[in-house]
Amino acid sequence: MSERAQLLIEIADDELILGWRDSEWTGIAPFLEEDVAFSSIAQNEIGHARALYELAARELGTTADELAFDRAPEEYRCARLVELRLPSWEHTIARHYLYEEADALRLEELKASDDAELAGLAAKIDREEVYHRMHAQMWFDRLENEPRFVAALDELRPLVGLRDGHMPELTELWEEMTMVRRSQPAGTTW
Amino acid sequence: MTAEQVWAALAEIPDPEIPVISVVDLGVVRGVRVDDERVHVEFTPTFLGCPALEVMRDQMATRIAELGAEPEVEVVLDDSWSTDRITPEGREKLRAAGLAPPAPRSAAAPALVQLEANSFRCPYCGSRDTGLENIFGPTPCRSLRYCRACRQPFEQFKTI
Repeated sequence: MSERAQLLIEIADDELILGWRDSEWTGIAPFLEEDVAFSSIAQNEIGHARALYELAARELGTTADELAFDRAPEEYRCARLVELRLPSWEHTIARHYLYEEADALRLEELKASDDAELAGLAAKIDREEVYHRMHAQMWFDRLENEPRFVAALDELRPLVGLRDGHMPELTELWEEMTMVRRSQPAGTTW
Repeated sequence: MTAEQVWAALAEIPDPEIPVISVVDLGVVRGVRVDDERVHVEFTPTFLGCPALEVMRDQMATRIAELGAEPEVEVVLDDSWSTDRITPEGREKLRAAGLAPPAPRSAAAPALVQLEANSFRCPYCGSRDTGLENIFGPTPCRSLRYCRACRQPFEQFKTI
């Protein structure tokens, strides 16, 4: 596989898995406004994953769905940060902030890439990510002096770039995420 | 068949989620090329997570097939769509439907301080005395605002 396809899949895996994790707040977030916010952010992240998989799929002669759902859990390239199932709000906001910070740097690099297709998609994704960063910063400003939030940031920061090996939670998430697809009778199309 | 006929046909296709506006008003049709009986359309998605994208693509293909041509709808994943591509007619249709049109895009990316400012007009009464309730809304393209003058919550198309 080319380096380009690997990079696309790595970023797409981050966005897909984080999107699933964010969607776990749908219906149970501590405030109605955050229920709406995390549901919408989840939808955006999964949309970004689809577009990134799509570019990789065109190169590899496969489809975005096959890349997203038909690999084994150990083949995913996402960072450990996005894999965790986080039941606490301070950890959720800490992850959101750390992820957006790292993603912003990654998008800046991709936007400057010589690969016009990659740079164009990164610029498109970045237009939407502006709103995620706004939301993450708003929560950071609100919580930055709260000891529980500061502790959550310290705890999660080392996981941002860690891509070797996976958390056990990834396998559980993969089982949920691919259950319907794996149970699909032969010959069905969605 | 001419490209004008194809444009006219596409202008009849409503946005699946905001049916007051057509896919042409929305600015997602970047180009139309007619090669004999084959019609090639370049389609740029709006927000990447929008579930209406597949519906739009399929409806465009169906409409072209109804004209008796073979459709080729190419999804262009580049940065060519922004909310500035929504036509003036499209913006007016959004406003009339109670959805405040997006603010024009400036050179710098939008910032929270701008969204919190009183510079967005209520689509119902026209007052600028409106406040941000939520950056996010029921679909990826919308924020939620509240008009303090007519006490009406409304949806604001996000600028991207």
